[in-house]
Amino acid sequence: MESFFVRFRNALVLVTVLLLQTILLAVQVRDLRGPSQPDGRKVTLLRSWAVAAVAPFERSTGFIGRTVRGGWANYIDLRHTRQQNSDLEKEVARLRLEQAQFAEDAIQGRRLQALLDFRRQYVTSTVAAQVIGTSGVDSSRVLLIDKGADYGLKPDMAVITPDGIVGKLRDVFPHTAQVLEIDDPSSGAGVILASTRIRAIIHGGPDGKVQIGNLTADSRIKPGEIVLTSGGDQVFPRGLKVGTIESLAPDKDRQLYSLINIKPAVNLSQLEEVLIITATQADLSAQAQQDLAQGEASGEQIKADAKRAADLAAERLPSLTPPPNADGTPAVDPAAAKPGEPPKPVTIVPRTTPVLHPDRYSPGQTPPASTLTPGGQNSNPARATFVPDSSTDSSATAPAPTPRKKPVTPSPSTPPGTPKEPQR
Amino acid sequence: MATRSYTSRRELDEHTFHPAVALLVPVAFIILQALLPKPFPKLAILDLPLIATIFFAVSRRNPIAGTFTGMVIGLLQDVLTNQYIGINGITKSIIGYTAASIGFKVDVDNLSTRSLMCFAFSLAQSGLLYLIQNHLLGHLGVPVLWLHELIRAVVNTLVAIPIFFLLDRTRSDE
Repeated sequence: MESFFVRFRNALVLVTVLLLQTILLAVQVRDLRGPSQPDGRKVTLLRSWAVAAVAPFERSTGFIGRTVRGGWANYIDLRHTRQQNSDLEKEVARLRLEQAQFAEDAIQGRRLQALLDFRRQYVTSTVAAQVIGTSGVDSSRVLLIDKGADYGLKPDMAVITPDGIVGKLRDVFPHTAQVLEIDDPSSGAGVILASTRIRAIIHGGPDGKVQIGNLTADSRIKPGEIVLTSGGDQVFPRGLKVGTIESLAPDKDRQLYSLINIKPAVNLSQLEEVLIITATQADLSAQAQQDLAQGEASGEQIKADAKRAADLAAERLPSLTPPPNADGTPAVDPAAAKPGEPPKPVTIVPRTTPVLHPDRYSPGQTPPASTLTPGGQNSNPARATFVPDSSTDSSATAPAPTPRKKPVTPSPSTPPGTPKEPQR
Repeated sequence: MATRSYTSRRELDEHTFHPAVALLVPVAFIILQALLPKPFPKLAILDLPLIATIFFAVSRRNPIAGTFTGMVIGLLQDVLTNQYIGINGITKSIIGYTAASIGFKVDVDNLSTRSLMCFAFSLAQSGLLYLIQNHLLGHLGVPVLWLHELIRAVVNTLVAIPIFFLLDRTRSDE
């Protein structure tokens, strides 16, 4: 018996080691926690020790890297700063205009939400953190950040950047935390397609791509469509950008379903800083409300400027609006008014064609032939104006000349709504 | 000066390392593996802990030492991920044991042999990980991108050769 153990010592050691690790795996799997969930207490302790041992190296390496990059970027590589500043100022001016326009939509949207009793969560506080390391295994998309429980971080908090979502916190240690990225195969998030409003779930693919796999083929879904968080997963607030649809293909493993690849809005492989959402609330924060009010005021200012510009342009152009009545009230269309209803102010006046030449053919206007003298001077003023003579003073021959360029405006006594008698 | 007598080829080829080297090199490789993909995301395809496992197992030519080296390196690798602790531990234990066992029979100082071993062990690790994920843990449907694994094996082999030559200088028996 002794010789058996001596002879197969190596193999027995291997089997024992494998058996022990298999039991370790079984203990972890028994907890029914997936790789996306925080570990149990004992496993967390193991990871905490390992991370505590590795984190100082990662922290110091990250610090050195940031110092070198900062020194280069802030003191040496400043060649295009002036141009960039100018571009950014223009960008800020453009964004101010956009903000003013969006403010009105936001106010209207909030009013509608209030009408529908719709509750939305707004991000009120975030914690900024530096990414100091990765898992080192490309099948495990996990980042290590330099903030932990001492900053109030907890598992399942959403991790974002200004560009879009990154992932969620998995294990939180005292001074560090693990971030599970959205391209990890065990991750998941509720999303909504921006234009078609189709809800779906994203997860990481085996090749590190973010995918949607729970949708059947739909002709409305097109590449380039923006994907936003739906808020249904209780992790990410609603409306954060996830990415854009990159490609669609039939799922080979599951017929009827499509495999939709999404290009994340955030460059997940090169993250330096992230924001962890630590609190949300149903109302806008004070700062956001102030921004909104500012945007609204800017919007009013823009509208006032636009109105002033329109008024100026209207003063310089011929007006089609009927002049007001003598008492200052706007002109009304009596024909359009129904009995029992107050007359409506006239806003549109039918356009009449300006008179090109005096009337010569209307009945009663042509003088009788007996009064005409061949070769004699015509006494009809209308005809007199028709035959211009540069040598004679037109004011003398035409007692009441009509200005040709000025548009005709109906007199208050004439019903403005009635079209003028066509002239032949 | 201490002299050492060798009674077999095995003793002739067995190498020892200073404890600091045996401890610090694997730890340094694990930390590097966690750090490098941050500035250079493409380097996530590397597996420096695997290279360390193969090197120490082959150099010591002791299957038990190879098994434990692989286990410790694999477990350390696991705790930095979100995976179950033991997946890489089991894989690298088997790799360490096999590499040390092969060290008895072939000349592992030869460049071609080293290249072939690195390539084969990298592929073997991918296969073992697939088996553990799909059959031991029951995560069925986790596909393996074999082309990606093939590229990984080639890259690891190319990186391992110069590292092996550098680590050869840390042997304490020379």
